[in-house]
Amino acid sequence: MSTATTTMEFGDTLARTAEMAPQLDVGEKLVLNIGPSHPSTHGVLRLVLELDGEVITKADTDVGYLHRGDEKIAENMTWNQFVPYTDRLDYLAPLANNVAYACAVEKLMGYDLPPRAKVTRVICCELARISAHLLGLGAFAMDVGAMTMFLYTFTEREKIYNLIELLTGARFTTSFTRVGGQTRDLPPGFLEGVKEFSEQFVGKLDEFGKMLNRNRIFVDRTKDIGVIPAATALDFGLTGPNLRGSGNDYDVRKYFPYLGYETYDFEVPVGQTGDCYDRFAVRMEEMRQSVKILLQAVAKMPGGPWMVDDPKNVLPPKDKVLTKMEELIHQFLVVTQGPDAPPGEVYFGAENPKGELGFYLNSRGGGVPHRLKIRAPSFCNLGVLNSLLPGHTVSDVPAILGSIDFVMGECDR
Amino acid sequence: MSEAAADASADLIAAVKILPEFRGESSWEVPKDRLLELMGALKKEGMTYLVDVTAVDNHGEDPRFEIVYELCDLAARRHLRVKTRTAEGESVPSVSSVWQGADWHEREAWDMVGVKFSGHPDLRRILMWDGYPHHPLRKDFPLEGLPTEMPDIAFTAKAPLEGGPFVTSPAPFSHEREPRAHPAEERSL
Repeated sequence: MSTATTTMEFGDTLARTAEMAPQLDVGEKLVLNIGPSHPSTHGVLRLVLELDGEVITKADTDVGYLHRGDEKIAENMTWNQFVPYTDRLDYLAPLANNVAYACAVEKLMGYDLPPRAKVTRVICCELARISAHLLGLGAFAMDVGAMTMFLYTFTEREKIYNLIELLTGARFTTSFTRVGGQTRDLPPGFLEGVKEFSEQFVGKLDEFGKMLNRNRIFVDRTKDIGVIPAATALDFGLTGPNLRGSGNDYDVRKYFPYLGYETYDFEVPVGQTGDCYDRFAVRMEEMRQSVKILLQAVAKMPGGPWMVDDPKNVLPPKDKVLTKMEELIHQFLVVTQGPDAPPGEVYFGAENPKGELGFYLNSRGGGVPHRLKIRAPSFCNLGVLNSLLPGHTVSDVPAILGSIDFVMGECDR
Repeated sequence: MSEAAADASADLIAAVKILPEFRGESSWEVPKDRLLELMGALKKEGMTYLVDVTAVDNHGEDPRFEIVYELCDLAARRHLRVKTRTAEGESVPSVSSVWQGADWHEREAWDMVGVKFSGHPDLRRILMWDGYPHHPLRKDFPLEGLPTEMPDIAFTAKAPLEGGPFVTSPAPFSHEREPRAHPAEERSL
């Protein structure tokens, strides 16, 4: 039996469009609406696509179906009261959001955290990163047909959830940080749990890699699909694995280190072509690097205080509130009036699983922000869709959406 | 650099007001008619990454709105904030021709605060629905919301708020509504 193979090379989306245009530009255009409630849109994203046959000629991305007005709410509450709202931004990595928000307010207050708090937060961020990437990976694989991946990654996420529950008392809505530190110190057995998880997780990652890296269907559906050149990615303000998949090595942890990330030994993986497969590969490698960071953090966890020493603006320890007069008064003031922030404005960006989560805080002094702007990575990452989708076929849409790995809770705020 | 170009850049630098540094961050303020020119020059100088665009409503001040651009020079690892002010009803030049990512940020600023951007390719609402009449992040927009004339499209009745433990008292402007925002001198304890 003889077979013939035709090789088609499409360098970028523009070339794909040009290649396909003469054969396909016939007949009427069709407008196809995807979402806001559709399995491949991971939440409530709506896409309005103009189709010529199966090829997308124009795309309009419609966001805002999950808008809760978080920024308005923030202007009406004290700094600490907003922490639970940050859980609901990227709800796949609530711990990382808590940390990013607390670090932003602490920058405004001018605090330098004690070493134990910093290392605790690094563990929080990296656990959240692994957990979010695992879900992104499972959902992405499911979107392109590899159903079982989702079940395997959820088994691992479950272990992380158990650790998070041990640490914060909640599995999803953690609200772990406060201005100046955390709600509580590490519970006994937590560090051992993180170590145990990290050590067994590397083997699991190898298994996941074996299932997907050279899986014919997976590679066919992701290789050279959704190519974002590095310059375009930066121009659109893409961050996180989406930017690094395109070959730009911008990672806030390396470029503007916070929480002592400069003292950890880890590498920033980058892709080459910026297609869906590269973004997937970057996430896989990032999880490996996170494990590396976790093991270093567990090994060097220092003792000492885990809250900043500023009694008038930081919540005092609970046992002292219940037994000492002065701490009780401070607790009352911090809870009712909020930490007394100085007037001024700061921007703080943290490397979250989805990209750079930034908080712009505009304070006029006192316990309430004058303006709090959330720079949501998913919002910026989705901005590229309108120019990325044209030239692709409808069947590429789930692969592209899955590889961009967005969360609407964060995008719409 | 030719003499004319040098003159132009000296003139541009003279128009920029350098604000005092706070927490290690530098901020510049520029009149809005020179904004586009400055942003173009900054991008050429290496500020290739536009991190964020924010609109702030300083209700009661004139000009009322402040537009804040967070820029980043990745090669030099430098952060810069550029601010410009605009009054109600006036528009600010759009920087979406300089960074494509500004497109959505400016749509959001228009949607939430109601600042118009001239030269924007597609200035539509982005988070609220088309036809929504208000700009929710303005300080004179109450937290409980305002009713709109499109009851079938979305939940537009006033939200029941009063009586909650952490709810502000009703007042027309949000800066009068915040009982917990006490000035520092009241916090003597």
